[in-house]
Amino acid sequence: MRVVIAEDLALLRDGLIRLLEAFGFEVVEAVDNGPSLLRALTTHRPDVAVVDVRLPPTFTDEGLKAALEARKEIPGLPVLVLSQHVEQLYARELLSDSSGGIGYLLKDRVSEVGQFVDAVRRVAAGGTALDPDVVAQLLTRHAREEPLQALTPREREVLGLMAEGRSNAAIASALFVTEKAISKHTNSIFGKLGLPPSEDDNRRVLAVLAYLGT
Amino acid sequence: MVDGGWGGVVRAGLLTCVRGLVQAVLSQAACIPLFVVTVLSIAFIPIGVGVVLAPVAIGAMRGLANAQRVWAAEWSGVPIPVPYRPAQAGGGPFRRLWGLLRDPATWRDLLWTLLNAPVGLLLGLLPACLLAYGLEGILVAPWLGQITFYGWGPFWPLDAWGPIGIVAPMVLGAVLLVVSFPVGSRILKGHALFCQSLLSPARTALAERVRELAETRSETVDASAAELRRIERDLHDGAQARLVALSMSIGLAEELMKHDPEAAGKLLAEARADSGQALTELRGLVRGIHPPVLAERGLDGAVRALALSVPFPVDVRIDLPGRPDAPVESAAYFAVAEMLANTAKHSGAGRAWIQIEHGGGRLVLIVGDDGTGGADPAAGSGMRGIERRLAAFDGTMAVTSPPGGPTVVTMELPCALSSPRIWPSSGTG
Repeated sequence: MRVVIAEDLALLRDGLIRLLEAFGFEVVEAVDNGPSLLRALTTHRPDVAVVDVRLPPTFTDEGLKAALEARKEIPGLPVLVLSQHVEQLYARELLSDSSGGIGYLLKDRVSEVGQFVDAVRRVAAGGTALDPDVVAQLLTRHAREEPLQALTPREREVLGLMAEGRSNAAIASALFVTEKAISKHTNSIFGKLGLPPSEDDNRRVLAVLAYLGT
Repeated sequence: MVDGGWGGVVRAGLLTCVRGLVQAVLSQAACIPLFVVTVLSIAFIPIGVGVVLAPVAIGAMRGLANAQRVWAAEWSGVPIPVPYRPAQAGGGPFRRLWGLLRDPATWRDLLWTLLNAPVGLLLGLLPACLLAYGLEGILVAPWLGQITFYGWGPFWPLDAWGPIGIVAPMVLGAVLLVVSFPVGSRILKGHALFCQSLLSPARTALAERVRELAETRSETVDASAAELRRIERDLHDGAQARLVALSMSIGLAEELMKHDPEAAGKLLAEARADSGQALTELRGLVRGIHPPVLAERGLDGAVRALALSVPFPVDVRIDLPGRPDAPVESAAYFAVAEMLANTAKHSGAGRAWIQIEHGGGRLVLIVGDDGTGGADPAAGSGMRGIERRLAAFDGTMAVTSPPGGPTVVTMELPCALSSPRIWPSSGTG
């Protein structure tokens, strides 16, 4: 799997290269600024890009802008955005074209290597990987509302993991239950929220996120 | 004044007379009624009518005073700066009225309308009178003095003085006529100086400003010192302590690796959890110092991000053609954040709105909610802190929060905007 990495801190960039290469990814280019990122993305057309939000030259949201720009040119180009902080505003912008292949994680999550690599693979496959912090904010934002209050605590937990972009199998293993139990929960959740049930993981995630108003 | 030779002198002299007459008429026709109306409308404040009338009367008085300021500068070269305090933004009619009554310039204006009635009349009439008396001495007195009982100047009656009674008024009248031109313009200038003494900012206003600046400066210095102490303590007890624990765990794991790999693995997992905790704390700290989204997106994006983080819908309307300076931007952001946090904590609001715009050299921030109201800026330390922070930039805060709501907080910060934003608004807000 071919990866482009954008990270301006050499220490983290080298760490990411080493980590991804250890898991069999091929790092085709690692850049350290916004304009080079846009060029690298459009010329290499990688299977997935791992991008830091804040990059030179402006040290603002150069990375995010470049990623969004590249996705305009290459729709659905899988991009996993990493940041020191997560903002729902950015999550919205990333998810707004609803074509999938989007990840948005705190940089700390890289330390949970297995889960991080899993998230990169999921995004590369056109799925979603949303940081638990973003999902938690979304859920608290809607916590007062009627349909969400009708969910059992377990269902809310499942909804959260679903919003992160995890498959039934992944949710099942995270909660130490069977996949069948999870699919029962998801059906119940979709019923209570009035969403059309879907077996397609990715479409399901997008429906949930749209419901939560990202 | 002597540009056009004698013709110019005469024209200028006549102009001076006309201007003096205008002053004299206004001193009676405008100053006296305005004084009476203003005093009465202020006296009627307790019975309510005055609340509506007083601002109108004071406004009219300011209009006349401003006209006088312009004339003093244009006619006599006497500059009179406008002393009024900036009007209170937002707030009810009472707050506006209170602002007017608290402005010392209002009372000095009132004193001016009273004193200008005699002074303006006298000084306004004098130039024309000098001219008229000179003309009378030349043209009227010598002849009339021969026909009937008539006097002019020191000569009473004129016919008792023989030929002197004919020549003297003509000579003295001519002298008076010539002298009346330079003297008239000096008299007019004298009136302008009289107006200047009452209509320019009082020296106490400057002293008050100095005191105010000293106060806000010491408050700002105190607040930032306290902030630095808090950051130091948070780092010392939080992230720094966690990093120490982290390096200890890793060191221990290194030792254990050879003979107890399982325990070493457990320690490493703990270390990772600790590092996550330290990062979370650092993130919180950074957010409190300068939110990253503010650095990345400016006030516009940061406020939109803020609106998304509270558990109720927030309408955001922002119209900023550029970015304020970073310190102003930061103060504005934290002010909005504090108000929104208050709304979330106390008001029980179902929705809130934020409006930010820039006009007349001021950044105006309005935060409102449909909650239960009753917010008291004096009670909450948070609001007080924001008021202090805004005061450092000469900013103001006005709160209206009647019991039962709605609460509307209007904040104003004088500032200029820098170059227009580079990135267009994403439009996803």
